[in-house]
Amino acid sequence: MKNWPLWEVFIRSKNGLEHRHCGSLHASDATMALENARDVYTRRMEGVSIWVVPSSQITASNPELNGETFEPAMDKAYRHPTFYELPDELKHM
Amino acid sequence: MSEKEIKSLEEIFEAKIARDEKIEPKDWMPEKYRQTHIRQISQHAHSEIVGMLPEGNWITRAPSLKRKVALLAKIQDEAGHGLYLYSACETLGISRDELYEQLHSGKAKYSSIFNYPTLTWADMGAVGWLVDGAAIINQVPLCATSYGPYARAMVRVCKEESFHQRQGFQIMMTLAEGTPEQKEMAQDALNRWWFPALMMLGPTDDASVHTAQSMKWKLKRKTNDELRQQFVDQTVPQAEMIGLTIPDPNLKWNPETKHYEFSELDWEEFWQVVKGHGPCNKMRLDARRNAWNNGEWVRNAAMAYAEKQENREVKQAI
Amino acid sequence: MNNNLIQYIYGIADNSLILGQRLGELCGHGPSLETDIALTNISLDLFGQVRSYYQYAAKIQGNDTTEDTIAFLRKEREYKNVLLVEQPNADFAYSITRQFLFDMFHIELLNELQNSKDETLAAIAKKSIKEVSYHVRFSSDWMRRLGDGTEESNQRVQTAVNDLWVFTDELFHQTDADKAMVSEGIGVDVTQLKQSYYHKVSAILEEATIEVPKIEYFQKGGKQGIHSEYMGYILNEMQYMQRTYPNMNW
Repeated sequence: MKNWPLWEVFIRSKNGLEHRHCGSLHASDATMALENARDVYTRRMEGVSIWVVPSSQITASNPELNGETFEPAMDKAYRHPTFYELPDELKHM
Repeated sequence: MSEKEIKSLEEIFEAKIARDEKIEPKDWMPEKYRQTHIRQISQHAHSEIVGMLPEGNWITRAPSLKRKVALLAKIQDEAGHGLYLYSACETLGISRDELYEQLHSGKAKYSSIFNYPTLTWADMGAVGWLVDGAAIINQVPLCATSYGPYARAMVRVCKEESFHQRQGFQIMMTLAEGTPEQKEMAQDALNRWWFPALMMLGPTDDASVHTAQSMKWKLKRKTNDELRQQFVDQTVPQAEMIGLTIPDPNLKWNPETKHYEFSELDWEEFWQVVKGHGPCNKMRLDARRNAWNNGEWVRNAAMAYAEKQENREVKQAI
Repeated sequence: MNNNLIQYIYGIADNSLILGQRLGELCGHGPSLETDIALTNISLDLFGQVRSYYQYAAKIQGNDTTEDTIAFLRKEREYKNVLLVEQPNADFAYSITRQFLFDMFHIELLNELQNSKDETLAAIAKKSIKEVSYHVRFSSDWMRRLGDGTEESNQRVQTAVNDLWVFTDELFHQTDADKAMVSEGIGVDVTQLKQSYYHKVSAILEEATIEVPKIEYFQKGGKQGIHSEYMGYILNEMQYMQRTYPNMNW
């Protein structure tokens, strides 16, 4: 018989904040995954909202390709405000 | 990959850990790193869930409602911690079912302390105070260990565990301040749990096979003997504070080293318990196996239901 | 001192006490780690409710009465829980079915109790409703899963439902204390809840593909303090410390 699949759990700790990954658990279906997440991950009032996602549905980038994936962004300093030197007298910019 | 390529990958890997960078699940890692982590994290997880049993033994008999809910909540936390740790372990490419299989077959180990029986209510105090106390000493450094999922699980565990030791100590304190009968119960529990708690911190450094490698990977920050010394040094004054006596005639303060000296431990007993000959090894494993086997039809039913539901949804969509 | 009120509180709180105790037995032995944690949560909710009720009852009684003397030092005949909650954890199907049959009653009771003229009881009910609503969701979801799961699970739940059904009617019996409290606007008239209870329970059983038992003769007694043989053993364990070491603080 098949075992209960793995789910990733994301919790919003309070309104105004994003959901953050907090761990995983096993459950047979989404309803149970939500219930389990509530019992496992919010015992100490850690959350106001829960997302559960089947772990198998997550597509992850390959760390072996981190060089070509992330490093090209490193020399694009013009995307950051400090790249543009302006006189100190200028306010509100 | 050629041997040379692996060698260079390993160098990069070790350098990363030395720089305090974390290793994440999909990162390349030496097979030995993976195996060592599976072993340690799963042992840790197994210890949490087997550790529920000796305390679970007193849920129905807790002497007050307040103690009952505190004990229940503590044991529930242990289930939660087991779950966090199994999850961390699963990121290394092994399923929880496989890990259970290793536990149930006796292949995987768990902390030998849980093979001792909890005979009186004071044992709930002693377990919380000493066993959780020793566990915390072991666990706090792991919050900074090199494997990301393990470190994150430990941060959560340590945060939640902070009440466990206090809960235990408070039980002991109440007993020590109570009637002569209660104080005797507390002392008896301390007598029985003291040495097993010291042994819980692992074999002496010369007998410990994994220390050097584990230090490098930050699975360990201090040696077993250092941890044990730390535990003794911090626990002895706590016992004195509540008027209980550490059951070791050789215990004495050394003003030069500023540490307590204590008796040689009975390592023969330790290894026998590890090998399965402790007072409760069989009982503990049987309880875990029974829970798992008796739950099989339940888990199957839930899966079957989930599949039926999914099929129904598909049909409706068509 | 209002003895009827005290008896009325026992009638409600003792159910949670004994059911919480039964659930406590399962801690560490659940079919999955996640389910274990969930059942313990329910047990903790119930004990929390018990403490509120008993603290209130202790306040009314005064003297040296505390939540713990009420929980641990009464004699078997003085406990007023229904027979349903003392039934053993024969298997997971029994535990879930017992929970479900009780939860469905519990939520209806609390819904009414929150309108009680007694402000303390109303407040406890209001707080408990949130917890018990979750219990209802949990146990009815599991009834569906087990009932409509595999052939084996269906059979096991059907057996549990058949066996436990005989204890449901007692939920709607009234003691003299109940009647007195109803007439004062404090207590809930449980006889009014019966129809809706069976209606809702049957609907979920139907979803779970479980047959509603056709039973005409029901068991009763718990509310009068006449319990099943299980009760003595439950109390024996629960009261062990208080009886062996009387008059001590823990």
